[in-house]
Amino acid sequence: MDGYYAFMLVATAFVLMMTVPALALFYGGMSRSKSVLNMMMMSYVAAAIVGILYVAVGWSMGFGGDGTFFANPFELLWLDGVTTDAYIGVMFQMTFAIITAALISGAVADRLKFSAWVVFVPLWALFVYFPMAHMVFSCTDDSLICGRIGAQDYAGGTAVHINAGIAALVLVVLLGKRIGWPREQMRPHNLTLTMLGAGLLWMGWYGFNVGSIVFGDGYNDEQFFAETGRTFATTTLATMAAILGWLVVERLVHKKATSLGAASGIVAGLVAITPATGAVNLSGAVAIGAIAGAVCAWAVGLKYKLGYDDSLDVVGVHLVGGIIGTVLIGVFSTSDGAGGIDGLIYGGGFGPLADQALGVLVAVLYSGVITTVIALAIKYTMGLRLDEEDEVAGIDLAAHGESAYDLHSGSSGGGSVLAAATVPASAPAKSEGASA
Amino acid sequence: MKLVTAVIKPHKWEDVREALETFGVAGMTVSEVSGYGRQKGHTEVYRGAEYDIALVPKIRIEIVVDDADSDDIVGIIVKTAQTGRIGDGKVWVSPVDTVVRVRTGEQDASAL
Repeated sequence: MDGYYAFMLVATAFVLMMTVPALALFYGGMSRSKSVLNMMMMSYVAAAIVGILYVAVGWSMGFGGDGTFFANPFELLWLDGVTTDAYIGVMFQMTFAIITAALISGAVADRLKFSAWVVFVPLWALFVYFPMAHMVFSCTDDSLICGRIGAQDYAGGTAVHINAGIAALVLVVLLGKRIGWPREQMRPHNLTLTMLGAGLLWMGWYGFNVGSIVFGDGYNDEQFFAETGRTFATTTLATMAAILGWLVVERLVHKKATSLGAASGIVAGLVAITPATGAVNLSGAVAIGAIAGAVCAWAVGLKYKLGYDDSLDVVGVHLVGGIIGTVLIGVFSTSDGAGGIDGLIYGGGFGPLADQALGVLVAVLYSGVITTVIALAIKYTMGLRLDEEDEVAGIDLAAHGESAYDLHSGSSGGGSVLAAATVPASAPAKSEGASA
Repeated sequence: MKLVTAVIKPHKWEDVREALETFGVAGMTVSEVSGYGRQKGHTEVYRGAEYDIALVPKIRIEIVVDDADSDDIVGIIVKTAQTGRIGDGKVWVSPVDTVVRVRTGEQDASAL
């Protein structure tokens, strides 16, 4: 028990690290040099807002009792009645709420007003994430996805990845394409940041998946050792298989295996194994990872065919990867795993597959509908979209008055004489026009 | 005097510089440029998206030389920069009226 408690302290810090700084680095490197700071800020500010809101009502809505969609928000308001020895459980769940909201930010690069993000994030956490966490993680008899439908989701394929992926899709459809997309190339500006972020996400994901162990009748050593070994190993192998799956598809279809592909493969594999990590064995993990890597590598091209500007592929990786992992539990689940259910290939029939598919459908519909309402409300009051002029100049300067790579400011002593001469005049003037 | 301007493939630049130095060219101006010729750029696929790359990176070399040397220098550049594939570039020669060395005020041939 002592070991488990110490492990949860570390796991919780690991999951917080996945947002700050891992996701911020992963997304920041993929964005353009004029919007990298805004991209990173969306993660950092989401952590601050969602974290406090989670302690205020999130825990209570998730775990404060029974309910189909959510529990009583006032039961454990501001952790009233929760003893401090239970706080680490709250903190662990808080980090999940944070990263789920932050994941959405990759889709809206360059053009979502920062003020709109700051308003969207708490509303979305309150009306979409907290209920979804109850439906999936609370698993009371009435909770919709876990209790009523009985779909397996170990660490958040539905509540985290499908949820964030659908919200991202809704936002980009309402927000519109970036100026110049897709005619103009908008390639990642610093893939070393992206590779670093992907590596840190992988590391943090051990806190996310392995830390998601739930004990039915109180802690016991046997389950702790057996289950954490399984989740650690399946998380690892699925990720490795997804890197290879992604790179093979890229090499065959686009002629080059890219570093962006390897980084995205890592995330696609981690996303897909998230719901399945406790349910499958080693070969199931490799299969899910390889399928997720290969399919997501193809799915990130869909936005060009369908015309939605999902800037950093939140839909292609998190929605698609989340659906793959959640549905394939119905195929690869083994009865000696955490859920105790045999999937299709182990003689379990189509029942588990149908339950998983229904869980996905509920997550898609709930998140899709409520996110649409929130986004429309913001669009027709304060507005979602950054000023056209500011978008072209770059949201870093427009919203934050900063530039990530100030290579030729006079104070640093370097750079070209022409560039240095223009800095004092232009820099303050540009930041004044900020509407965000 | 003539101005020899050459636009060549970047990976050939070191070879061309060496050949010109061996011939005895004393100085030149070099810039990184981009452009396209008859091949009209090319298409590239990245992350599922196909892009037309209209501009191809090139190196531009400018040398002001004596009339007598200009044919030799053009010959050296063409011979050294040639790969035989599309996009090898172009060399052209234009007349120059006056050259002045900024440091001394010397003019024309003595300024080269």
